[in-house]
Amino acid sequence: MSCESTRTVLHGYLDGELDATRAAEFERHLESCRECAVALGAEESLRSSLQRSGLYETAPVSLRKKVRADLDGATASSVALRIPSWRGLALAAAFLIVATVSWYAWPQPGRISAGTGPFSAAELIDAHVRSLQPGHLTDVVSSDQHTVKPWFNGKLAFVPPVKDFADEGFALVGARLDVLGGQNVAALVYARRKHIINVFVLPTKEPDTPIHPPGLRQGYQWRHWRHQGMEYCAVSDVSDSDLHELAQLLYQ
Amino acid sequence: MSGSDQGRGPDVLDVQDRARFEQLVLPHLDAAFNLARWLLRNRADSEDVAQEAMLRACRFFRGFHGGDARAWLLQIVRNTCYTWLEKNRPVELMSEFNEELHQQPSVSPETLAIAGDNRERLTRALETLPPRFREVLVLRELEGCSYKEIASITAIPIGTVMSALARARQRLQRALTVSSPQEASREL
Repeated sequence: MSCESTRTVLHGYLDGELDATRAAEFERHLESCRECAVALGAEESLRSSLQRSGLYETAPVSLRKKVRADLDGATASSVALRIPSWRGLALAAAFLIVATVSWYAWPQPGRISAGTGPFSAAELIDAHVRSLQPGHLTDVVSSDQHTVKPWFNGKLAFVPPVKDFADEGFALVGARLDVLGGQNVAALVYARRKHIINVFVLPTKEPDTPIHPPGLRQGYQWRHWRHQGMEYCAVSDVSDSDLHELAQLLYQ
Repeated sequence: MSGSDQGRGPDVLDVQDRARFEQLVLPHLDAAFNLARWLLRNRADSEDVAQEAMLRACRFFRGFHGGDARAWLLQIVRNTCYTWLEKNRPVELMSEFNEELHQQPSVSPETLAIAGDNRERLTRALETLPPRFREVLVLRELEGCSYKEIASITAIPIGTVMSALARARQRLQRALTVSSPQEASREL
């Protein structure tokens, strides 16, 4: 092994990147070559200087803050569940709200005047709550209606109308397939400030209806209507006026 | 187009991706900043470029299918830095990388130990190296990357990482001991 070739191999040896055979070969060369031994010593000395001198510069706090803010901005659905440390708190709060509201507002039989279409209120709310669990909200994440709409092609026997209302404060987050009352439905997902709204859509042969009065159960609101051969059910924990506003936008 | 508009684009993170991003990528923010700082040689620019690189990482995250998250992120940071340098300091990128490895008289370990003991001098010497030498040294000595990781981050073939490091270390030795002979002689 010539010194010419060891000048490079020396670095592989120094970095522990030589295989056993080459390392042994280099060690044999070192025994007989003072020049390479000195060169190795110099490299080791340089390495320890580099590593001891505190040259590594860690990210400043200001950068950390900016990156966090960017991440918040880039996270599609700003549900309260997104930050792990908030998750427990948010779940606890949700349970408290559900418990409180259902204690006071659990509808008595016969009191429901709101339409629920072909589904029961329990099915609607279950589907909505299920969607809020991590990873269940969307199969396709996009605020672009021209991405979301074609995504349904070949997945359902119908194509739901998909519109983004970000300018009106209801940003399209994405969509997914869901099953409601044993039927395949399209679920469009909108974000209203920190709240998620699910709009379930499926075809119907029934005539159009106006937007039905709101239903309320377990702290969730829903609105149901039929329009141009489609059945719609919007469910959320937003205020009814917000939900009604979205229903009207969709109804147009 | 503002940043938030881009954020709402189709490549935005969903809740689950966000959690994965925080778990896999965010812990390497120091590595991202450190690489940017040594490539750009300036903390303020590095902060901007590292931030931009993290945003890019968010946007590309759906295309990351597991593996070495640090190497994946550093690759993005490096590309972002080079794009920035091309735009703002193109002269720095014109230095020749493929120079021959010169047989030079060995510097004694003692000489190097003394020269390398001074943090400022070490910093200056490192900063005089062309970026392509500097980055392999920073990745190897400060970041502790393997040759395989260095190859994937810098897009050089794995077979040439060793010789790239050999050349970079030789340049650094020269910069430490030869570039400031007055200082060196004074201190020795």
